[in-house]
Amino acid sequence: MTVGFDWNLVSDVREILSFHFMLNAMRAGTIVAVVCGVVGYFMVLRRQSFAGHTMAVIGFPGAAGATWLGVNAGIGYFGCCVLAALVIAALPGGGRAAGSTGANSEESAVIGTLQGFALACGFLFVSLYQGYLSGLTALLFGSITGITDAQVLVLLVAGVFCLAVLAVIGRPLLFATVDAEVARARGVRVRLLSAGFLLLLALTVAGTSQVTGSLLVFALLVAPAATAMRLTARPGLGLAISVTVAVLVTWLGEGIAFFSPYQIGFWVTTLAFVGYLLAVAGRWLADRRLVRAPGTPLPAVPVR
Amino acid sequence: MNPAGVVSGGRQLLAADPVTGLGHLLGQPFLQHALAAGTAIALLSGLVGYFVVLRGQVFAGDALSHVAYTGAIAALAAGVDLRFGLFAGTVLVGLLLGVLGGRAGADDAVIGVVFAWVLGLGVFFLAYYTAHASTGNGAASARVLFGSILGISRSAAITAVGIAAGLLVLLAVIARPLLFASLDPQVAAARGVPVRVLGAGFLALVGATAAEASQAVGALLLFGLLAAPPAAALRLTSRPWRALALSGGLAVAAVWLGVVLSYAWPVLPPSFTIMACSTAEYLLAAGWSWTARAGWPARTSQHSVAR
Repeated sequence: MTVGFDWNLVSDVREILSFHFMLNAMRAGTIVAVVCGVVGYFMVLRRQSFAGHTMAVIGFPGAAGATWLGVNAGIGYFGCCVLAALVIAALPGGGRAAGSTGANSEESAVIGTLQGFALACGFLFVSLYQGYLSGLTALLFGSITGITDAQVLVLLVAGVFCLAVLAVIGRPLLFATVDAEVARARGVRVRLLSAGFLLLLALTVAGTSQVTGSLLVFALLVAPAATAMRLTARPGLGLAISVTVAVLVTWLGEGIAFFSPYQIGFWVTTLAFVGYLLAVAGRWLADRRLVRAPGTPLPAVPVR
Repeated sequence: MNPAGVVSGGRQLLAADPVTGLGHLLGQPFLQHALAAGTAIALLSGLVGYFVVLRGQVFAGDALSHVAYTGAIAALAAGVDLRFGLFAGTVLVGLLLGVLGGRAGADDAVIGVVFAWVLGLGVFFLAYYTAHASTGNGAASARVLFGSILGISRSAAITAVGIAAGLLVLLAVIARPLLFASLDPQVAAARGVPVRVLGAGFLALVGATAAEASQAVGALLLFGLLAAPPAAALRLTSRPWRALALSGGLAVAAVWLGVVLSYAWPVLPPSFTIMACSTAEYLLAAGWSWTARAGWPARTSQHSVAR
């Protein structure tokens, strides 16, 4: 069977799905995208992008070390990401990217140190495992080949677990995110929730890394959520948009990567970025129309 | 990773007494280049890194290190000098982050979206380069990501030292107003310090530093020199100028120790040993401040009161 793109999309999709590895890639991608859309929304809302990135980066030595030892890479991803989440949860600020000159700017330096050391360990494992340099690209930037049935099952279990837990803690978590002080006064256990969310984030990141690679997790974790936030401030609608964008970006990215010589990482990040730009442009146009709606007078300008 | 001949050299270093071993080490031209370039780059990174941490811009530094990868690979794909892409990419994005960020500093979600895409572009250029270049594809990518300080040539070392010296002079010129603007932006602005211009210029400087440092330790391990030494310095002292000097010194020490360790045990790549040394420095500093009862206990007690 030859692989080729034509403009009959139905036959293209049929061709993609006739390969078992592509079927697995699509299944894994869909699970990961749905979970990313939801968890990523909370992550962006909680301004914990830096913590998410750190976990992704720490997953890399886990996977490289597991490969070096001959263990399943998935174990390395999940183990190291959860470990990273526990460390970050133990820090006082909970892994937020510091504002301008916040008190936790030093903490972000500590997280940065952790990140650098983790990557250095990953590099050590890769160089100990001779002749692994082509695998390095797959670990860092993702690949659509080589996702096994067992991996899909693990991703499904982890994904369902994350969504179930989030369905239970979603409301108090949103409360604690929007106004931590008031939530604490109303008896919400803010610190426990924060640690629990970091663990969910770790599971999500570990799963996503296996599809997009360690360095490109943000394409599914940040970009869809940021896109949704540009379009609406309502959490329910925002979550729906975020999941939709993540799933669309994954399907399109995997489909295009199948027919093109360039890796999935490039297509997924580019599609996600284009989506974000469209949302920014749409927001800007909508705001302009709101200000200069036909028939309404221009806003009064105070005379100085 | 290491050049041939390192293996036997390493054995000699371990076998001989320390003084002759060190003399042998310094006699190797590639080590002279590595130490010269490494010292200049480490000093620059340690000093700039202190301001990065002080201004809470570690995440922006993270983004710039990823831009460094894309810039270098794009330059390789276009067939021009790798360093041209490095500096052009990082300085440009640094300026962009500084200008777009405005007063509040760029939103972390925006930084995340942009740098994920920039890295994706890096993947694109890598695939293009791999398809069109005849030699050394995977190795080139790994070298940009994780650096190879022992592979720096004589001319590259001289250029690196020269650029680092220039950037250090620039930092010395803006250091005073920058410290003022970092510690108290409102008062600094009221006193006539151009806070916004300074902020954008500083991010461009961070970009140039990232380009310099990625020649030594690689784009991904930048934090070993940019975040770990200032974090350790902040554990040891709260006085700004002393912490600044300490940060630079700790970064240089990490590079020296790392190069020597990697020379003694060639199994360990130099980027790993440098990173391990700077992490160890931070852990030692944190342990020291823990026993001296400064810093963390105060913050935890504040937390228990709030709860």
